[in-house]
Amino acid sequence: MSFFLLVPILAPLAAAALAAALGWRRLTSFVTVLAALLILISSAVLGFNTGSGARFAIGNLLRADALTVTMLIVIGTVGTLATWAGVGYIDAELVHGHTDRKGANLYGVLVPIFLAAMALAVLANNIGVMWVAIEATTVATAFLVGHRRTRAALEATWKYVVICSVGIALAFLGTVLLYFASLHAGASSGDALNIDVLLAQGNQLDPAVTRLAAGLLLLGYGTKAGLVPFHTWLADAHSQAPAPVSALMSGVLLSVAFSVLLRVKSVVDLAVGIGFLRTGLLIVGLLTLLIAALLLVVQTDFKRMLAYSSMENMGLVAVAAAAGTRLAIAALLLHVLAHGIAKTLVFLGSGQLQAAHRSTRISDVTGVLARSRIIGVTFLVGLAVLLGLPPFAMFASELSISRALADANLGWALGAALLFVVIAFAAIVRNGSRMILGPPDPGSPAITVPRSVAGALVTGVILSVALGLTVGPLLELFQTAATLLGGTQ
Amino acid sequence: MTQATYNGLLNLAAGAFLLAAVMIVWRREIQATVKLLAWQGLALAAIPLTEGIYQDDGALILVGVVVLLLRAVVLPLLLARAVGTEAHERRESAPLVNTTTSLLITAGLTILAYAVTRPIIALDPSPATRAVPAAFAVILIAVFLMVSRRRAVSQAVGFMMLDNGIAATAFLITAGVPFIVELGASLDVLFAVLVLGLLTGHMRRTFGDTDLDQLSELRG
Repeated sequence: MSFFLLVPILAPLAAAALAAALGWRRLTSFVTVLAALLILISSAVLGFNTGSGARFAIGNLLRADALTVTMLIVIGTVGTLATWAGVGYIDAELVHGHTDRKGANLYGVLVPIFLAAMALAVLANNIGVMWVAIEATTVATAFLVGHRRTRAALEATWKYVVICSVGIALAFLGTVLLYFASLHAGASSGDALNIDVLLAQGNQLDPAVTRLAAGLLLLGYGTKAGLVPFHTWLADAHSQAPAPVSALMSGVLLSVAFSVLLRVKSVVDLAVGIGFLRTGLLIVGLLTLLIAALLLVVQTDFKRMLAYSSMENMGLVAVAAAAGTRLAIAALLLHVLAHGIAKTLVFLGSGQLQAAHRSTRISDVTGVLARSRIIGVTFLVGLAVLLGLPPFAMFASELSISRALADANLGWALGAALLFVVIAFAAIVRNGSRMILGPPDPGSPAITVPRSVAGALVTGVILSVALGLTVGPLLELFQTAATLLGGTQ
Repeated sequence: MTQATYNGLLNLAAGAFLLAAVMIVWRREIQATVKLLAWQGLALAAIPLTEGIYQDDGALILVGVVVLLLRAVVLPLLLARAVGTEAHERRESAPLVNTTTSLLITAGLTILAYAVTRPIIALDPSPATRAVPAAFAVILIAVFLMVSRRRAVSQAVGFMMLDNGIAATAFLITAGVPFIVELGASLDVLFAVLVLGLLTGHMRRTFGDTDLDQLSELRG
């Protein structure tokens, strides 16, 4: 079984090594897709074998429980779709001269490394190793954001690197303080940061130091998860990165960073009670929702619109985590998966729109449905999921989050969150319907869709519909994860 | 080494560490700040060296030597090279906040650092943890430096100072963090230099210089 804990990390690393040796080719790009698919397969195997406990590998270095399996499913699903679409996307960029051989080779190496780092972040048993993995995602994606090497792309890279480095540095400081508290609670220096050790002796951690550590970890990982106050890199990076990378960053990276916070929360709650991080998460969650909703209203760029929609969703996830009940956390995990798939659809679609129009302005794009059936339908389905319309999965998750907030006596937070979600809803509907429905402007360029992008989009639409119709065995997985994370009720 | 010498050396190192941060806020020439950063690296390395000699811990002395080479020599040299290639008259960085106000804010942040770190000292009142407020003050000052300076190189200086502050905290409260995290910390440095260095190079080619005022295409 420990083999399947290693596959999600080693398979993408092998793909990266192959890409480094052979450069960007049909073969290496499909090996990356295969590696992403292997992550998904391992998550299924682990899902059927871990049950409500945890499995370990290589001593106590790696650990898999229901939350790990859930996050691996998200990484595997979005990773497969995004890397599959990436095959055609990068080939088209090469043809149009948006990138050169060197850029394509770099993309081929960095994307699988990015996947491996995210897999390590959710599989690590040690909070220090998690931190290293999250940091590695920053290094891998920095060059991917600057892929096009234009002024705007470099500006986005610079902001991304500087802001995320500060965030990651604060998270490190929080980790050091948690280590200090754990040592003084009697842990040995070798395993003081291990999740299982921290969970076992959580109630002996010094509350005052743990509070300081928790605040720093919330700020630090919140930066990577797109939460206030260090959220300003997000829209720039997401709008400048190549479409498959935007999909990966928005659909997976944000939620992987947040899953680390969930782990930390389960430890911190033992030491200082649920009140401390609940207050913290409510403040950053609601402020993130507010800022995202306001910026969505004034948005004129469709890739930035999608980026702020991610911020809105992460804000909602943070509010759900604040409620912290079993229902809230299970709903949050469903929300993360549905959001990941839907964001992949719209970001991949927007990549083709950008390629056709050579612009990302909302006003430049009209009548997409009439011009390209596949991109139009993808956008409609993706936006419908993101807007939380039935029958799609985010309708169920948002409903459950609302109920959980009401149950946790957080009615005021629910009211505020709903208000911001409605503002965001109206803004996305207005801009989305202008772009997709209605007659196209005369002289609109033809939208071309490479075969691999089309394949990924159709698969993503099918997955979104399926997830809306039934959650199936995933429901039990989400509930187990919620129980493990200390969800009561 | 006697207990008194140990205390004295540790306090001296922490004091010099904080003083270097204040001097960096005071001086505006980027080259001077990079030189001060090297002195700060020296003060940082003195912490594990002192503890290593006092506790007779060879591994800790080795860590101190590595820190000395990296933070007092290699990294400042790399940063200095990034500055050195810029046009001569552009070395002055125009801060958003004037020097007097900056120094007052620095004093305020130092007091704040003492307030914030009280739980750490309460949990383990040893000579080493009593020096933690100085390290925290450097962290706060570094964040302030990063938001108040405009040049890309100045932000890199601020980030390195932040890194120094965090490393000092780690040395003071844990006498070295587990190996795997040390690995991460060194990776952090590598990354800072690689990414920041590459970017200042790339950015200078694209933008001409690295004044962040020019980075204003992405808004809203």
